Parts: sequence; structure tokens; C-alpha cells
Amino acid sequence: MGPFVPDLISDQLNLVVALLLGIAFGFVLEQAGFSSSRRLAGVFYGYDFTVLRVFFTAAVTAMSGVLILGHYGMLDTDIIYVNPTWLVPGIVGGMIMGIGFIIGGYCPGTSVCAAAIGKVDAMFFVGGGLLGVFAFGELFPLYQNFYTSTALGPIKVFDSLGMSQGLFAFLLMAVAVVAFVATTKIEKRVNKGSAPSLQFKPLKHAAAGTFAVALGVIFIFMPDHKTSLIEKVTDPAYAATHPVDTMEVDELAYRIVDHEPNIRIIDIRSPKEYDALALPGSYNVQRSDFFGKDWVATFSQRHLKKVVVGDDEAQEQTAYYLLHELGYENLAILRGGIGSFKHTILDSGTFVPTGSRWDSDVKDFRESARVTILKMIADAKNKPVKTIIKRKIQGGC
Amino acid sequence: MNTSNFQNSGKYMNPYLAGFLLGLVLLATIFITGRGLGASGAIKDTTIAISHAVAPKLTESNPFFGQYVGAGKDNPLKSWLVFEIAGVLIGGFISGLVSDRLKIVTESGPRVKPRARWAFAAIGGLLFGIGAQFTRGCTSGAALSGMAVLSTAGFIALLSIFGTGYLVAYLGRKLWI
Repeated sequence: MGPFVPDLISDQLNLVVALLLGIAFGFVLEQAGFSSSRRLAGVFYGYDFTVLRVFFTAAVTAMSGVLILGHYGMLDTDIIYVNPTWLVPGIVGGMIMGIGFIIGGYCPGTSVCAAAIGKVDAMFFVGGGLLGVFAFGELFPLYQNFYTSTALGPIKVFDSLGMSQGLFAFLLMAVAVVAFVATTKIEKRVNKGSAPSLQFKPLKHAAAGTFAVALGVIFIFMPDHKTSLIEKVTDPAYAATHPVDTMEVDELAYRIVDHEPNIRIIDIRSPKEYDALALPGSYNVQRSDFFGKDWVATFSQRHLKKVVVGDDEAQEQTAYYLLHELGYENLAILRGGIGSFKHTILDSGTFVPTGSRWDSDVKDFRESARVTILKMIADAKNKPVKTIIKRKIQGGC
Repeated sequence: MNTSNFQNSGKYMNPYLAGFLLGLVLLATIFITGRGLGASGAIKDTTIAISHAVAPKLTESNPFFGQYVGAGKDNPLKSWLVFEIAGVLIGGFISGLVSDRLKIVTESGPRVKPRARWAFAAIGGLLFGIGAQFTRGCTSGAALSGMAVLSTAGFIALLSIFGTGYLVAYLGRKLWI
């Protein structure tokens, strides 16, 4: 499962990867014609819409890939870098860059690419860029507060617009295709005789456009990996064909008292409920954290029995199925949920005789387990809590 | 010094194919490294490295540059984006070589002389250098890579860069047409 940084690829090797990906990036930029400032500026004057075609196609392709890989669980979209938003500084910076684009005819990436093939104006652009960063840093105290204002974090555009991810993806692809058609018409009108689009083969382009829109339609109905897995395991038909392993309250109590090393109690309740009552040695893991890599080391040890503890058996069962679908084995749920455990073991005087000849043994066991476990809980409260720091990949410019 | 012939579009790759390939490169970057492509970050790192080599104390005490240099911090040049941009130089050069476009030229609009073009290019670069700090990225790192992961920041960068470009295009028309 991607990304491969930092588990499979170390920080050092990542720099080699950066160089290789950069070579591919530079090669494609130059082949696309992004090493020409007149061509880049053409997008603003209607005589050449190459920039828009390349840029929009690239954005839509990469976005589609991220959505598809995320849907099949091949890319952990929770830890990849999502550019955080600083709303007002972001807009102001973009406006400054927009003016810079008209005056300079390049953006930073394309200027480097153009300088590589000998464009002298691009070399001046790169030099200007260095000066610009220097000027920004020297004058930084003037706008330090503005620079960090309106920080909204790594928000997603479909959330900002209040629509689903799939619908946004479809709309973006539809807008791209409409823009391609419209700009080709404009280009041929503005630049009669030598518009780059005169060389296009209409049939092939129409087919590609249709394909893009069709893919967009699929996105509307394609939930992400998590949503589809949760839907699958909450389907009653799934439960009917998938039995679960259940651990009785007394057995769990016995194992806790016994300091049994081969069980792991996975408490899936909210952190607030967990703080109120945490079983000794248990881990509080939210269902949404099952999908990431943080808990793989704990969950994937087959010799450990993972006992799922929740508010009730239904909640436990969904979590059990989810873990099962994610490939983890040796699982169990706690009979009756945490409430049953609390009532049977931790509350005194709740023993109801069943008429069995073991009644007095069971009663004695629960009495001693109650004392021991309550003491263990009290002791654990004085110790620092075991937590796993959630990982996030650093990125950005 | 001659001005290059602009009408050589036939030699370039079909823009949609190029865009598709560029998208695959970006997707591979996200899939392998968990982050996107960029450019302005490398220019920032280079600036800070130069500044630090010339005036280490002043650079470290600057509230902006100081975040990137000083005790316990790697040389700013040892950054992902600097290596990536070094790759862009190599990749661009290889592409120019195979497509026979390696040539020392100044490219400009029909009414602009080379020296004026240099000045305008430098001013454009300067503005990008400043603007990319506020936006935390440029057309590559903020707009393109940001759009691929559907970040709000990416779409804001796209709209404000190109929107402003169209707004002021009329004023700059003599530079290009």
C-alpha cells in the first residue's frame, strides 16, 4: 500500500527518487512546450491554449489516479500531504503570481525547464525568483502576522463546497472537457492558420473527451475504500454468512487477572468513554484508524488474540468484520459489550445464582477478579497513557 | 542574440498526451512519496542556502529564513524539492537534446527587445518568488499538486493565479502580441 515513504523508502533514498521523478517532470514539461514563454503566455491572449490543455489534463489524471488507488485501498489517502489553506494570504500570493506570469511569461517550474534548454529570459526569471524570495524574507516582519492569518488547515475542496468527493471530481472533469472544446474554438478564431489545435484529429479527441466524462460519472458512484468496506460489513447478508468468535466476560476477566500475554484488548469506544473506564492493558482505537498503518504492528501479530470491546455486540461485530476484511486474524468480540463486563465483574453484589453446582466458585472468582481488576485500573490511571502519534507526510514548497 | 521562431508547434507533443503523462508523473510522485511535485520551494531553499553561505548570522536571525537554517538543521539544499528541480534541469535538457531544441536564445513577444525581455522576465520571477511564499507554493506545488489531492488551497491558487493573469492580461498585451 502506498505511499512508500517513510517505511519502504528512507529519507536518503527519497532524494534519489526526487531526482528521478524530477527528470520525468522536466522531460514532459519540455516535450509539452512549457519551455516557451510565448506559448505559456498564449493562454492569456487566446492564441495558444497548450498550457490549459496540459495543466488541466495533468490535474484530472493525477486526481483520478488518487481517487481510484484510494478506492481500492492501494494508497493511504489519510497520510498523503494535503496542502493546507491560508485563505487570504493564498489569494494575495496568487494575485502577485498572476501579475508575475503576465510580465515574466513563466512560472518557476517552467522557467527552470526553459533555462535547461538555453532560454536566456528563463535564466533571468530564475534569478528574479531568487531575489524575490530574498526580498520576501528581508521584509518578513512587515507581514508576519498576515502570512499566518486565516489558517484553515488541510481542508478539501469538496468539503468547502459542501458536496461529495465523487460529485466534485465529475464536475471538474466535465468543466475540463467543456473548457477544452471552448478554448479550441477560441484559439482557431484568434490564431487563424497557425493555431496548435489545427493539427488535432477531431475523432480521437472527441473519444478521449467522452471517456473523461464517463470516468467522471463513475466517480459520482464510487465511494472511497473506507466507505465501501463499512457498507459491505454492515450489510445484514454479510453477518449471516460470517460467524464471529465471542469471548465470555468471565474468560476475559480471568485473562486480565492472569496477565495473559497473548491477548490485546482493542477498545473501539470514543476516547471520552474510554477515559471513564479503560480495561487494564487495553488500547483505544477508533474504527477509522483501522485502515492506516499505525496499528498494523499490533493487529498483525497472529499469535495475539485481539478482543474487540465496544458499547454493545453490534458495534463490536462491525469492527470485527472490518478487521477481518483488512486481513487481520485471531479476533474475538466481548459477549455483551463493556456494559456486561462492568455489570458482571466490576459491580459488586450483582451475582445471580444459576442453580449450577459451580455457583459458589464463580461467585468467588468474580469477587476476587473485581478487587484485582479495579486495583489494576486504579494503578494504570497513575501511569502515562500509551498513545501512537498519527503520522503525516510533510510536503509543500 | 536572435529571437526564436515561435511557430514550431508541430515538434511538440500533443498537449493532452503530455498532460496525461505529466499527470502520471505526479500520480507516481504521490503514490511513492506521499507528496506532490513543486518548484518554488527549491528556489526558496536555494536562496536561503546562498544567503546562509554569505551571511550565516544574519540569515539565522531572520524570522523567515531562520526557520530553515541553524543548529541541528540540514543544509537547505538537502531538500526533496532541490533534488527534484535538479532532475527537472536534467530532464528538460534531455528533452531539448532529443527534440533538437538546445539553443541559447531569448524568446519574447514581437515588439519586445531582448534586453527589455530580460528585465521583464526578472521582474516576473521576482513577483513569483514573493507570491509563492504567501501561497505556500506556485503553479506546480500549490495549484497542480494541490488540485490532484483535492485540497482547497490548490484550487484557490489556481483561480487566483490564472484569474489575475486574465484580469491584467490586457495591460500586458504589448509584451506578447
